[in-house]
Amino acid sequence: MAKPRIATASLAGCFGCHMSVLDIDERILDLIELVEFDKSPINDFKKFTGRCAIGLIEGGCCNAENVHVLQEFRANCDILISLGECAICGGIPAMRNTIPLRECLEEAYLHGPTVHNPRGRIPDDPEIPRLLNRVYPCHEVVKVDYYIQGCPPPADAIWAALTALLSNKPMELPYELLKYD
Amino acid sequence: MSEETVSITIDGVEIEATPGQTILQAADAAGIYIPRLCAHPELEAFGACRVCTVKVNGRPQAACTTPVAKGMMVENDTSELLEYRRSLIEMLFVEGNHFCMFCERSGNCELQALAYRFGITAPRHDYQYPVRTLDGSHPEVFIDRNRCILCGRCVRASRDVDGKHVFDFVGRGHEKRIWIDAEARLADTPLKGEDRAVSVCPVGAILRKGTAYRDPIGRRAYDHRPIGSDIEACRPAEKKG
Repeated sequence: MAKPRIATASLAGCFGCHMSVLDIDERILDLIELVEFDKSPINDFKKFTGRCAIGLIEGGCCNAENVHVLQEFRANCDILISLGECAICGGIPAMRNTIPLRECLEEAYLHGPTVHNPRGRIPDDPEIPRLLNRVYPCHEVVKVDYYIQGCPPPADAIWAALTALLSNKPMELPYELLKYD
Repeated sequence: MSEETVSITIDGVEIEATPGQTILQAADAAGIYIPRLCAHPELEAFGACRVCTVKVNGRPQAACTTPVAKGMMVENDTSELLEYRRSLIEMLFVEGNHFCMFCERSGNCELQALAYRFGITAPRHDYQYPVRTLDGSHPEVFIDRNRCILCGRCVRASRDVDGKHVFDFVGRGHEKRIWIDAEARLADTPLKGEDRAVSVCPVGAILRKGTAYRDPIGRRAYDHRPIGSDIEACRPAEKKG
């Protein structure tokens, strides 16, 4: 039987959650025995190559591309997991949610004390993904099946969750592995 | 004990209570934990957060404000009440801006600890990201209203323990905020860093400056044991299980 496939993505995140995936240490060798990695920054696959059992999403949605990638993950993965605070509540990027987007852009590109921008333009190249009005948690954009909390989530929580789900057991983390920080 | 006691039943366990005690106080004394946020042993009961809601003879009541009476049948640890309490905690999380990852209170926060105890992995409601203000004018204390849950502990502690009345509520409904007895700045109030009003805050809304992150991760109050474990540890052995 073919190994189940896992895909991962970092949307509006810092890659800290992906670091935490690597932080399962030598168990990553066991993980490779259990699963095949599909689209993921870990192997640098840019496109899905087949149906995935599990998709791990780090980060929330701050721009149109994030929404596109998230919808692609939902369409290609049986189980979608929000990994970490940013995917679950928006996290640090969501601190801009209380400030209007135009004000954020003007501060960053026009009025900030260290800004050097003689043409006075806010970047608007069509290649740059359009920012959303605010940062959205993943479960406010698509259906999310499981949540692994933490900033970043403890490696043990990721390991416990993946091994439980891959063996068709419920994902029940012990008290000490549920942390919001 | 020489004084008269009455017996009440909590989840089928009969306990002795002193008349004048609230259900919460009687349960604490018997080693039965009823989750709570606004209640504090040094402060007058307030009944603001409703997290301690129990069913008394079938009716929902706040355990922190309801006095014991002979023969009360109290339900506490039931799936129905757990569901109510989880909802309350989830709503508190989405109604404020609770960024645990950099909050100085994280690990020692009672709101977070209740979410851990209830096993909340994500709230079922959309986040509101309200616009709230901070006041860092005071040399020893700051207020971050993003994290305030309107429990009113600071209001009661400042008025009743510190004798100052530095804090009170303004506004109504979702506009309700903790405010101060000065025109604009916390620095202009008689508040001192060592005031009880500062240290009773269950979340990171009122914090003493220069005390952040003193406890390393792994040594904070709720890192290993759920909130309420200290109360449950006092439960007499013969009544366990």
